[in-house]
Amino acid sequence: MAIQALNINKRFGDFTALDDVTVDIPSGSLVALLGPSGGGKSTLLRVIAGLETADSGTVLINGEDATRLTPQRRNVGFVFQHYAAFKHLNVFRNVAFGLEIRKRPKAEIKNRVTELLELVHLEAFADRLPAQLSGGQRQRMALARALAVEPTVLLLDEPFGALDAQVRKELRTWLRRLHDEMHVTTVFVTHDQEEAMEVADQIVVMAAGKVEQVGSPDELYEQPANDFVMSFLGPVTRLNGKLVRPHDLEILDEPTAGSVEATVVRVVRIGFEVRIDLEIDGQEAWVQVTREVARRLRPAPGDHLNIRASEHAIATAGAPV
Amino acid sequence: MVWKARSNGASTFWHDITTPEAWAALKLTLVSAFLVALVNIVMGTLIAWVLVRDHFHGKGILDTLIDLPFALPTIVAGLVLLALYGSNSPVGISLAYKQTGVFVALLFVTLPFVVRTVQPVLVELDQEMEQAAASLGASNTTIFRRIVLPNLYPAIAAGAALSFARAISEFGSTVLISGNLPFKTQVAAVYIFGQIQSDNPAGAAAVSTVLLAVALFVLVSLDVLQRWAVRRG
Amino acid sequence: MRGIVFVYLAFLLVIPLSLILYRTFEHGVGPVWRSLTTHQALHAIQITLFVSLWAVALNAVFGITAAILIVRHDFRGKRIFNALIDLPLAVSPVVVGLALILVYGRLTPVGRFFDDLGHPIIFALPGMVLATAFVSLPLMVREVMPVLQEIGVEQEQAAWTLGASARQTFKRITFPSIRWAAAYGVVLTLARSLGEFGAVAVVSGRIVDKTQTITLFVQERYENFDAQSAYAASFFLAAIAVLVLLMMNLLRPKEPD
Repeated sequence: MAIQALNINKRFGDFTALDDVTVDIPSGSLVALLGPSGGGKSTLLRVIAGLETADSGTVLINGEDATRLTPQRRNVGFVFQHYAAFKHLNVFRNVAFGLEIRKRPKAEIKNRVTELLELVHLEAFADRLPAQLSGGQRQRMALARALAVEPTVLLLDEPFGALDAQVRKELRTWLRRLHDEMHVTTVFVTHDQEEAMEVADQIVVMAAGKVEQVGSPDELYEQPANDFVMSFLGPVTRLNGKLVRPHDLEILDEPTAGSVEATVVRVVRIGFEVRIDLEIDGQEAWVQVTREVARRLRPAPGDHLNIRASEHAIATAGAPV
Repeated sequence: MVWKARSNGASTFWHDITTPEAWAALKLTLVSAFLVALVNIVMGTLIAWVLVRDHFHGKGILDTLIDLPFALPTIVAGLVLLALYGSNSPVGISLAYKQTGVFVALLFVTLPFVVRTVQPVLVELDQEMEQAAASLGASNTTIFRRIVLPNLYPAIAAGAALSFARAISEFGSTVLISGNLPFKTQVAAVYIFGQIQSDNPAGAAAVSTVLLAVALFVLVSLDVLQRWAVRRG
Repeated sequence: MRGIVFVYLAFLLVIPLSLILYRTFEHGVGPVWRSLTTHQALHAIQITLFVSLWAVALNAVFGITAAILIVRHDFRGKRIFNALIDLPLAVSPVVVGLALILVYGRLTPVGRFFDDLGHPIIFALPGMVLATAFVSLPLMVREVMPVLQEIGVEQEQAAWTLGASARQTFKRITFPSIRWAAAYGVVLTLARSLGEFGAVAVVSGRIVDKTQTITLFVQERYENFDAQSAYAASFFLAAIAVLVLLMMNLLRPKEPD
């Protein structure tokens, strides 16, 4: 295990940020801490980095107890949401900072920094100041800076949160590729489930200071441990009091065993899918179908449909639909 | 400080601050400072307004000049005002030895206070509020009175408090111009100085304590005011 | 509106300033130069520089430290500490001088201790340095604080994660960011120290040729009917003041657009 956080508790005044949180990060993996804002993910990351001190609990890095160590000694690379670029230093000096602190010879620094700048495609910007870079470029610089000192583990706090949607998507893919090349144990915090699902090997879902579930993206999507995880990781709707995925609902021609009657409220075309808003016994629900199906059915407000969850429908663990 | 003032006992303290001379000095100081603060509230706001909203050649120079009383040593200020309004005045007004002389000296040293607290607020003020009022039919005076001014109150108050505190402490610029006539033109600070020179530290300390108490009161009010302003957003 | 402001400022600022120029050079440049180069005058300048530079140095160190403490750290009594920083602004300089005498004067244990060592505090230069440093205390702190707040703590945290010690972080990251604010603070403090009058008047004993600063020189010469010297020195101080104003303007932290 590269990182272990054991029984971490942290409170800020009356607010409990972390409630007996235990997390294992396997060596060489890319793990996402996923959850809604205020859930404790950033706090946990900072406790691991040493930028926050836990009220109780232990942090182990590569098997060694790092709980009492200052951030300087932990050899963790940290990338901030708002880059934390050293505004008065150019790109080269920013990336070189950790090496200069360690008093490495100039030639070595030059080589390493150039290598890293090439890795992040910023070699042409070495002389620029951070203010002259775009957000995406600044974040790549921050990443290069963190990697320069060969950290044991790389921690990223909502690294793409301050960027445009397009740039975010690009950097996401790029981070995954970087990880595949460098194999540094990486933990990143995000509230974007699409991001976590796309990039991470393993996802830790956190809310209200507790860990809800840990698993691979597939595991979490197919076998959510509870309603919260299920609704956080994808669209949901209710049928018979249970949560189910809207595209797991079938529309049948005849009422059959297990089906319920629903009234169409609205039909919305979103891209190549069609969303049909329904009313079932006074409750709102919706089902997602392809245009093909919609064309065949021709649903209109007021129509009655027979709805049933398909055999392969995902439901929360252990709950039959 | 307070300890020394009370070293001769509470009754002496009271006596020390109610000797006719001390009392006159305190009265003159507090009254002048209060009046000066009032004048500054009006003129300071006006000056800030002109500096922010008006445009003319040499505005930058004027803006820099406002800070002159900050940069100029108080004794020089006193000498300068004496030259202008004193006995040999070319302008023919003789203020030295009169209470007005003290008043003018205090006006000079407190000039920047209200201006500099109001200016940044005016700069930040969203002119769209005023534009909205105009579109609803408000005249310029009304806009100033109902929209601009209320947003300036905390800044004006802070500046007034600072100018008041400065005025009651003022020494250098008044020591020459007031000619040191006790009962007539002696401010508290000059009185204190005199007491120290006359080897009456207790008396000096007593009056100092009063000044300190007033200053403390002003500081606390400032803090409260600023907190109130922050809450208003 | 513009008119009222102009007239007010003319009477209060412009005319007096021009008058001092007139009065000083009324009899030509010669007398001015002569009065500024007497032994007494030169000594006053020397003393003023000594006291001011020491006060600036003390306040630079204390000011930056205090600013960092208030903005970056939490400790009991922080709010009181923060409010107390503003104290010198609200207190009369004469009162400052009095307080120093009461604490460090010859009749107190502390004062007597230093007096016996041959280095008295009151009526001597150390006391004047203390007085001058005290009255300009808030200036450095209040200039640096907002900048520290604005740049935020993340750059410093980033430096820690990269292995920088507290000293390295300060030297390489924190200080470069507050450089200009600190420079501005130094200019303000220097101006204030050069012009200090009330506090040093009390604490120095105003001993001519020993503890007389330029400001005290102005007063003493005027009171001894040597108006020419008083004006000459005043002009000197006023010229410095205008220079300081120009520097302040150049160094002034740029307004955010």
